[in-house]
Formats: sequence, structure tokens, C-alpha cells
Amino acid sequence: MNIHIKNGRLIDPRNNIDAQQDVFIVDKRIAAIGAAPQGFAAERVIDASGLIVMPGLVDVAARLREPGYEYRATLESEMDAAMAGGVTSLSCPPDTDPPLDEPGLVEMLKHRARLLNQARVFPVGALTYGLKGAELTEMVELSEAGCKAFSQADTPLTDTRVLMRAMQYAATFDYRVWLRPQDAFLAKDGVAHDGEVATRLGLPAIPVIAETIALSTMLKLARETGVKLHVCRISSAEGVEMVRAAKSKGLAVTCDVSMNHVHLSEMDIGFFDANCHLMPPLRSQRDKAALRAGLLDGTIDAICSNHSPVDEDAKQLPFAEAEAGATGMELLLPLVLKWAEQDSVPLLDALACVSSNPAQLLGVKTGHLSVGAHADVCVFDANATWKVEPSVLKSQGKNTPFNGYTMQGRVRHTIVEGHIAYSI
Amino acid sequence: MNNPQLNKNGELQHLLSTEGLPARILRDILDKASEFVNVAEGREIRKVPLLHGKSVFNVFFENSTRTRTTFEIAAKKLSADVVNLNIGSSSTSKGETLLDTVDNLCAMHADMFVVRHSSSGAAHLIAAHVAPEIHVINAGDGRHAHPTQALLDMFTIRHYKKEFHNLRVAIVGDVLHSRVARSQIHALTTLGVPEVRVVAPKTLLPTHVEKLGVRVFHDMAQGLKDVDVVMMLRLQNERMQGALLPSAQEYFKYYGLTQERLALAKPDAIVLHPGPMNRGVEIDSSVADGAQSVILPQVTFGIAVRMAVMSTLAGSKQ
Repeated sequence: MNIHIKNGRLIDPRNNIDAQQDVFIVDKRIAAIGAAPQGFAAERVIDASGLIVMPGLVDVAARLREPGYEYRATLESEMDAAMAGGVTSLSCPPDTDPPLDEPGLVEMLKHRARLLNQARVFPVGALTYGLKGAELTEMVELSEAGCKAFSQADTPLTDTRVLMRAMQYAATFDYRVWLRPQDAFLAKDGVAHDGEVATRLGLPAIPVIAETIALSTMLKLARETGVKLHVCRISSAEGVEMVRAAKSKGLAVTCDVSMNHVHLSEMDIGFFDANCHLMPPLRSQRDKAALRAGLLDGTIDAICSNHSPVDEDAKQLPFAEAEAGATGMELLLPLVLKWAEQDSVPLLDALACVSSNPAQLLGVKTGHLSVGAHADVCVFDANATWKVEPSVLKSQGKNTPFNGYTMQGRVRHTIVEGHIAYSI
Repeated sequence: MNNPQLNKNGELQHLLSTEGLPARILRDILDKASEFVNVAEGREIRKVPLLHGKSVFNVFFENSTRTRTTFEIAAKKLSADVVNLNIGSSSTSKGETLLDTVDNLCAMHADMFVVRHSSSGAAHLIAAHVAPEIHVINAGDGRHAHPTQALLDMFTIRHYKKEFHNLRVAIVGDVLHSRVARSQIHALTTLGVPEVRVVAPKTLLPTHVEKLGVRVFHDMAQGLKDVDVVMMLRLQNERMQGALLPSAQEYFKYYGLTQERLALAKPDAIVLHPGPMNRGVEIDSSVADGAQSVILPQVTFGIAVRMAVMSTLAGSKQ
């Protein structure tokens, strides 16, 4: 469709643009920025006066729960959530049931997603069969089926030799390996940060060293094997410092943080709020400050929603028994805006964390609005406020620590590949 | 954040934890309990009609004979109708969730729930779920809290020591896994005890235990020196697995309470234990049965304190 988005403030971090510029879409691509291309006839004009126009968001961690966990969420419900959140590209971790360890599963998921014609889905393949940490998956086959990276999701790989082999094999083909650092033994049975709150509430704890010991192993193995390592959901001040040091020594490592950890700490658990049962656990105020500092200096490349819809019954349990996770894609943009405002981060830099940066570490061509690029666009009102309530959320998962919060920033239009997939 | 234990008038709505309660409420409960003890000391604990017509449901998701029995006796002495349910951990595997169970019991017109559960926060979850006219008493949730145990310990201490503001108290043993210890610490600090110590090997202490306002000791002799009150904790057998401790023998050798170690405390120090005791593991029989032990009076006081808690809750306006 030929679309003219006029009078908006265009923010395109990849191209370093933050200016009032019109955007012209012809068919599926960005045709021009600023002035209309010759002979352009708009089929649809979007008046973006007072609105911000940016590349569709790229979310590096969004669980769609298919296959296997359709009672928690379905592709349909979560794609609606993605559109409402302005997320046009997302990568989903392999911890489905069965895990994404067979090319057929990946093809099926991509096929189902394509039929819905909403967000682009980039599955992350399982690094080992069944995520069991013993045998390598057929990474080449999985890559041909569409996997952009390989991961263990939230299941730590305990056998260091298998981890090294997996990295070596992935490095052979220049595949990215995404790992969340958590030592399986130190984190065993833990449900909350090993700090003041877990001490007070008597919750089994996960110490920071569970993250840093695993991270230390990963960084050393990455250097040894030359693999492109992506560190998922960093949560501690010490962890951020280790990634910073590794980057400064020239290691090819990238890093993301969940939006929950940018805004919340262990204190938010209050009186056992199971919505704050998240993985990794919410850590101390000091850790939260360090995560924000890591975003500012570029140690942390991307902010993700860590969207993990959980069914209501699984949260209506005592804290430790409640399932970890929260819905998030619809909150990603407002929470990034909130962080930008609180820490006085220029929007160009803040929005890079949910567009150009994650696209780059995922190795996909989206996340920017260069002429010729896929016409994946998010148009939002930075001033509109809305209240987070279960009835408002499109995601089947209704649990979030931000329930009841007033958010500032609301998506007005989401355009995927030149068609308007969402509009309010 | 609203305190889930208090109603809008600042009265006790639920008893979930000793943390976050004003000293006034703790003292009122202890005062009320002493009235019941006076009744009790006439050898015949008279039945009072304070909970007449009310139904108290003892809902135990984790088995306990002693605590459940004392709650049952307390409720009966207040003339309540008592229903005991030992649900155990099997019911959840049958598919019914905790809150489904609670809903069912509410439909049977429960006025008060006494709840024990193996998971920290279970009592809070139930309290947040039930109708406002229903009261919840936490009879132990995971590692979190056991407030009536702590209150009966406070009652015992006040009975023998009269005051709190001049005491040095040592809590000895497995603090990490102990809901009793957490509740004792909060109660002691709220009531104005200037020095609360914890004594244990590092494997049995939470990483940030000092944040609870206690002094940490790893050596029994130093930890017990000149204390007025020794509060022993139960060491569960399963702690011998999982690399927390090498053996019961070694634990007793370094952390068991013997007459010799007790001699380091003040001469008039008292010894408490929440029971059931492991003689020869955390406490020597000569101490448990000795002159400084107040372990059996604790049990008797426990009934009065639980009566006081129940009648306080029943008296609070919605």
C-alpha cells in the first residue's frame, strides 16, 4: 500500500534522524523520507501531527508459547499484543513444548506466524536437543529453517565441555549463541534475589554469584572459541561490569536487559506479589542503577520485554510456587519512554535500544527506516496516558508487576511490510 | 503499601507476621493473654464465650500435631466451633489449588482460618483473597513467619524477665530455614530488646541476616556470653543432606546447648525451644530438663497467647 505519514517527528536511530520528516511507503518498502518520491500517490495518509514515527520495535525476547503452551497464550493473542505494542520484529526463545530443536517445528512456527501477517517472528533455536545440555542440535538445518541464533533459554547448560563444543560448532558457521548466565546449582530452587527482601520474607534465594560465575565461564569460552556471544537478561551490577570489561577488551559480546529490571527491584515484591516473581529475579536498587548505567554507556545493547505470558491460575499461588514470568510486549515502548524521561536519555538513544540495536544483534534487516528498508513502522503518541489493566491488554497473559500503573506513551499505528496492521 | 494485617482503624485484621506490627498491638495481645493465664493458673482454664457461634477452621497444608492441637484447645476455650483439616501436600496434586480449597471452606461459613503451609507467603495470599469479615492467622508459612510462636515466646520472656528493654537475647541454630527465628527477631526488636544475637554456622544463616537488626555470631561461647535469654531453634534432620552440615554429631559439638555453654550466659538466663526438640542434636537433655529451661511453660502459655490472638481478631471491626 502507498502510505504517506505526514507531519510526524521521525526518530530513526540507525540513520541518526530526529526531525520533523514525512515518510513515504510504496508497496512494502520505505520509498522516501522528507519529500514525496516522483509520481507518489497516497492510498492512505496518516496524519502524525504531534506523534512520533519510528521503526517498528524489535523485541529480542518474546515468548509466544507455541507450540505446547497454548493454554497460556496463542500465536494469535500474542501477535495482537505485539501489534498493540508496536513490535514488528520479535525473537522467541526455544523453550516451547517441544523445544525448538527440530527444523520442522521452526518452519511450522514461522509459517503460522506468516499467515497472521503481523510481527515478523525470528525463532531462536535450541542449542542442545530438548535443551537438555547433552547433544548439539542440527544448527545448520535449524538455521536454514529460519533460526537466527541458538540458546538454552532459561535452562542452564551445566556441562562446561558441552557448552564449549556448542560454542565451537556455532562459531564454525558464525552463528550467534545467546545465553542467560545462571549457575544451575547456585540458583537451584531459588525464587528471589539473595538480598534483604528474600531474607525478610524467607524466600529461597538466588545469589548474584549465580549470574557472575556462569557469565565468567561464558565470556572465557567465547574468547576461546571465537563465538559471537549474546548475554541475555543481565541482572546484576557485577554482571554489567564484567560485560563492560569484556567489551573494552574487544570481545564480540552483546547484552540485553529486561524492561522489568530497568524499573523494578526486589523491593517491589512487597508482601509476596507473585507478579514480581520473574527470572532472573529482580535484584537490589544498586543493581537496578547499574543496569541503567550500562544502558547509558552502551554496555547493554538492547531492552527487551521478556514477554512471558502465564495463565492466571499459575500466579494465584504462594510466591515460590507461582510460575515466573510476566506479559510485556504492550509495555515495552512506554517503559522505555519512562526510563528515557527519568534518566534524561535522548529519545534517539533510548529508542535505539528497542529498534536498531536489537535488530543488529539479532542479525536482521529491520529496525530502521532507510529508503528501501522494509516498511515496518510504529507511530505513537508520547503524551497519551493509559492505565495497565487486564481488560486493556491484548496478550492472553494478564499478569504484570505494572498492573494498575499509568503508562505514558501509546501506539497509534503499527505498520508491517507496508500494511497497517494496527490502528487506534 | 497498605499493611495487610491491619484494618482501616489500625486494628489487627489478620495475624500473618510479627513484622510491621506496632508494639502497642503486640503488648495488647500479651496483656490479654495474661488474663487467660490467670484464669488458667486456677488449674482450671475456664471456658469463655468470646468466640461463641464462630467457626475456626484449622487448615494445615503441612502436618503438625502440636501447633494444631494448641490452636484447637485455644479456640474451644473461647467457645468456638472448631474444624480441623489436614490437607497435606497431596491435595494440590489432586488438582485443587490452594485458593479453591479456601473458597470451599469459606462457603462452609468459616469465620477464622488458622493456616499452615510449606510455602512462604501462603497466609498472605489467603488473607488477600478472603472476604473482609474473615480473619486469617498464620500458623507457619514456609521459612517466612510463625507469629503465634514468637508471641508465646515473648509472653514467656516477659513472664520471667518482666521487661524487654534491658535484655540480651541469643537465637541459636538454623535461622536460614526458620520461620520461628524471623518472627522472633521482629517481635524482639519491636518490643525494644536492645541486643538480639543470632548464633549459627554460616551455612545456616541468610546472607543478609544483619539487615534484620541482629548481631551475628558464629561461635557459641561468644554468642551466649552474658545473655539473658537463649532461644534454641529446631534443627531438622534433612539439613544433614545438601552440604549444609557434615553431621549431627559435629553440629552438637559446636552448636549444641550444654550446661557448660549455658554457664556462659547470665546465671538467671532462661532457655526456650519451640519444639519438637532433638535432644543431643541442638540441646542436651540436662539443659532441656534443667532449672533454666522454660520449655514446658512455653507450651502452656501458647494456649493463652493463641486465645488472645483469636479474641483480638474477633473483636476488631471490619
